[in-house]
Amino acid sequence: MQIKVVRKILEANDRISDQLRKMFQEKQILVLNLMSSPGAGKTTLLEATLTDLKEEFNMAVIEGDLQTSNDAERVAATGAQAIQINTEGGCHLDGSMVLDAASELNLDNVDILFVENVGNLVCPAEFSVGEDYKVTILSVVEGDDKPEKYPLIFAESRVMLLNKTDLLPYVDFSLEKASNFARSLNKDINIYPVSAKTREGIDAWYEWLRTEVKNKKQA
Amino acid sequence: MHEMSIAHSLVEIIKQEMAKHGVTRLIRVKVKYGRISAIVPEALQTAFEAMTMDTDLQGAILEIEEVPLQARCRECRKEFAPEGDLLIMTCPHCRAEFGHEIISGKDLYIDELEAE
Ligand SMILES: [Zn+2]
Repeated sequence: MQIKVVRKILEANDRISDQLRKMFQEKQILVLNLMSSPGAGKTTLLEATLTDLKEEFNMAVIEGDLQTSNDAERVAATGAQAIQINTEGGCHLDGSMVLDAASELNLDNVDILFVENVGNLVCPAEFSVGEDYKVTILSVVEGDDKPEKYPLIFAESRVMLLNKTDLLPYVDFSLEKASNFARSLNKDINIYPVSAKTREGIDAWYEWLRTEVKNKKQA
Repeated sequence: MHEMSIAHSLVEIIKQEMAKHGVTRLIRVKVKYGRISAIVPEALQTAFEAMTMDTDLQGAILEIEEVPLQARCRECRKEFAPEGDLLIMTCPHCRAEFGHEIISGKDLYIDELEAE
């Protein structure tokens, strides 16, 4: 017997993700799914953001990095609510993990929830976790051909942060090339070259966050 | 290796569809994935075999078919299928290079199955 199916393979995850999205929408929380390779400076960037904007926003973090709990400790040191998810070696977060973690956070009056995904540019791109937007952090030491190698994550991201621009004089990285690659696939992508270390360029990222938090509250 | 979670979800759907249609032996299943989805077909094949080993589904054929990329030009709004090198997607109609919209090529779905 021939059976025509046509069902999305990840439909179960999509359902949980929709449920999360509804919950976050009711609470008017801007939810960002942060993705990067290991070592791109995701946690440093998050620390900078949590520190610099803590007077402005109430922020929480779901930390999915699998290596240690160091990252969660660094994040918690900024004063933000943070919870660590143990992926038990898993290469990505999925909706049900985020649902469990979210139930342990106090999400009342939270303006921004950051979901720090597991460090790789492939697997997390397939699994929605109820986010409003995916944000990809690419450091300039990784090579400007990354968007070409991992198209999905760049096609899906609303923001690309090109981090570690303080190292640009020492590496062979074309901001233009990396940006063009990402833009060819994605008409909506916002690209901000930043240095989480020196804070160069980081205001553009903060401005984007301010605008999106405002949009979320008005939605 | 997110193909393992994908294979797991795939098997769940296969079981549901088979129960729905009152069939017990899976012969063949066809999965389609978009050209820029993050799927490695060989990895999915391996994961599917591992997942179905020593189960009722063991030995079923998994066909994995790529769905081409289809884009809509930002400038002239015409659709085109980018060829070759993906990342500079020049519109064949108006030569615009950036900012196109992806219409298909990200999907991942189970298309059909054959069972008895
Ligand atoms: Zn055109």
